[in-house]
Amino acid sequence: MITRRRFLIMAGSALSAVALSASQAERVLAAFSKPAIDQQRVKWGMVIDLRKFNDLPEKKRKRVYEACKEIHNIPVFPDPKDRVEWIWGADFEHVFPEQFHEFLEEQFKWLEVPILCNHCENPPCAKVCPTNATWKRDDGIVTMDYHRCIGCRYCMAACPYGMRSFNWRDPRPFIKKINTTYHTRTKGVVEKCTFCVERLEKGMQPACVEVSEESFIFGDLNALESEVSKILREHFFIRRKPELGTEPKVYYLL
Amino acid sequence: MIEYALRGGRYYWTWVAILAVIIAMGAASYYYQYQNGLTVTGMSKEVSWGLYIGNFTFLVGVAASAVIVVLPAYLYDYKRFKNVTAIGEFLGASAVIMCILFIMVDLGRPDRVLNLVLNPRPNSVMFYDFIVLSVYFLLNIVIAWSVLAAREKSKGYATWLKILIYIAIPWAISIHTVTAFLYGGLVGRAFWNTALMAPRFLAGAFASGPSLLILSLLVIRRFTNFDIGYDAIKKISEIVAFAMITNLFMIGAELFTVFYAANPHHLEYFTYLLFGVQEGGHVYARFVPWIWTSLILGIVAAIMLVIPKVRNTPKYLAIACGIVFISIWMEKGIGLIVPGYIPSQVGTIVEYWPSLPEALISLGVWGIGFLIFTVLAKVAIGVQTEGIVEEEEIEEELEEELEEEEVPVEEEKEYRCELCDAVFKNIDECCEHAEKEHKIAKASCDMACVEAEPAAKQYKCELCDAVFDNVDDCCEHAEKEHKIAKASCDMACVEVEE
Repeated sequence: MITRRRFLIMAGSALSAVALSASQAERVLAAFSKPAIDQQRVKWGMVIDLRKFNDLPEKKRKRVYEACKEIHNIPVFPDPKDRVEWIWGADFEHVFPEQFHEFLEEQFKWLEVPILCNHCENPPCAKVCPTNATWKRDDGIVTMDYHRCIGCRYCMAACPYGMRSFNWRDPRPFIKKINTTYHTRTKGVVEKCTFCVERLEKGMQPACVEVSEESFIFGDLNALESEVSKILREHFFIRRKPELGTEPKVYYLL
Repeated sequence: MIEYALRGGRYYWTWVAILAVIIAMGAASYYYQYQNGLTVTGMSKEVSWGLYIGNFTFLVGVAASAVIVVLPAYLYDYKRFKNVTAIGEFLGASAVIMCILFIMVDLGRPDRVLNLVLNPRPNSVMFYDFIVLSVYFLLNIVIAWSVLAAREKSKGYATWLKILIYIAIPWAISIHTVTAFLYGGLVGRAFWNTALMAPRFLAGAFASGPSLLILSLLVIRRFTNFDIGYDAIKKISEIVAFAMITNLFMIGAELFTVFYAANPHHLEYFTYLLFGVQEGGHVYARFVPWIWTSLILGIVAAIMLVIPKVRNTPKYLAIACGIVFISIWMEKGIGLIVPGYIPSQVGTIVEYWPSLPEALISLGVWGIGFLIFTVLAKVAIGVQTEGIVEEEEIEEELEEELEEEEVPVEEEKEYRCELCDAVFKNIDECCEHAEKEHKIAKASCDMACVEAEPAAKQYKCELCDAVFDNVDDCCEHAEKEHKIAKASCDMACVEVEE
């Protein structure tokens, strides 16, 4: 027999579940439907001229990474396992294993390749985020809401490029000099490169591009007259792991 | 019904106290982790999931134990499983609680966990995993509790309860499938990116979950007078045997594909896992002994389980189930998660090993799971034995009786060995037989020897409905009339139910 009390408990919980799901239904439906194509007028992308970059003196190459750290309040931890980085330099061998073979020219073997978020057209990290803390904007930038991130690190598992960092500990005491015009993060959330959206909004170039002495070129891939488009039309370029179908928007010139 | 959990003997309370200490250590370590962040674990930028997610993955498998006993009991009305269904479901529910806790301790911002419900993304597998796990937990708890309540009042099941039971069966399959998709759906991790992930999960689950259930049932049999019936254990052990072999087969299929095809993207992970790699004069091989131990244990357990004589001997069965459990914990736990990250996405090799606080927190979660299962199982046993007397009290009483009276009362009754169905004139003969044939010590002879029912059971040949006074006559008939060998006579002859 179902007593009245039991019935009320059951009915009450069923009602609240229905109410909760109804309020979410709209958002759920919106997430399924894709935005119309004509909304995506701008599509940001980056070209990195590896030869030009490697011709720079070491100090200037380091400056590219440092500029990002300073502007975005990125901490420097004593233990490398806690590392938070948005852009850093790696060996050609490790970044492009599929291009590497035993007869490769010596000059390629020792190339320093700056790596950062590729802002994929099909970002696997955004696909897996359970809380919508990461998403791709209409202009192609993959960005994050640090207040929504629950720190599950599913995006770190999904990113084929290893470009996401997690705040394993409170970052604030380890920031060399806090930039008061930019936010800091708390422990327990993931973070990543955002192509400097805050600077793009002001009509500026991303920080790394600005200090790269023209070895980084940034611009609108959809605009025929933009510098990136011209370079991509005229040169042969490679991208990281293109076989995965993520369509990276950071192009490397050799 | 919960009052059954508050009454217990010395063993019960000692066990509960041990668990409480483990949980307290885990809680203290979690407080430390909560204050300092996940930096206190062994995880790093390169290996960003470790022991917690490994345990989570494994325990999703253990939760399968519920469906494995629910399915035959309810769907086929398989009577022999009826007594263990509630225990199986409670084990499933406890496993799901551990899963949820392992996710919680792994989160960087557990305070924001409700974002999963408030801001869900429908194309994230983790969102679905959260849903299927929560619902599976509710299903198990509601079903088991209502089944027990019905039994306590000696009533049949309500219609809504039956519907829930039918829903729970495919639901159990869904929790493994969705958890496997969590990893298998990642294009960037070749170690996980295989269609075999979900079938492998299911096979591993159907071996590890039921083997833990068998171990629990053997413990319950030893310490209480709750009648499980050895038949149920026998049947579950067959399931473990087949599932374990399927599991090993699928691992073999995976290894063949990886090493023969030798696609470098797949090969690099498996090479690290199975043989270790050398880079810059340093050998990275931390998981090599780990994975080989797991594989060898798995093969040993599979061999033990396919031999009927070994499988049907409780002592060996317990050992085999323990080995299955450990082997799959190693393989489907961190053995499955950590190698997915090594080498890293930028080609470097950073190894992983859990830290002390991480291990203590994990132990604490296991402690909570075991405590919940102990309490729930106590209730299940309490309801189903009605006015249960603790085993130790019975033993004390028996000892006193034996001291007072020289002649034991039991001698007049016939005893049957449950392992091979042989019937004996008295319990001593039966115990002797059990010791000789099945290696069961006389002290625990009650595991095998049960009183034979006084009224001789009638047997019916299912093929022609002829009725016989005993099973031998029926078997003879089956052999003569239907060409069924005596060894497989149970295909034809069934007990007639009154």
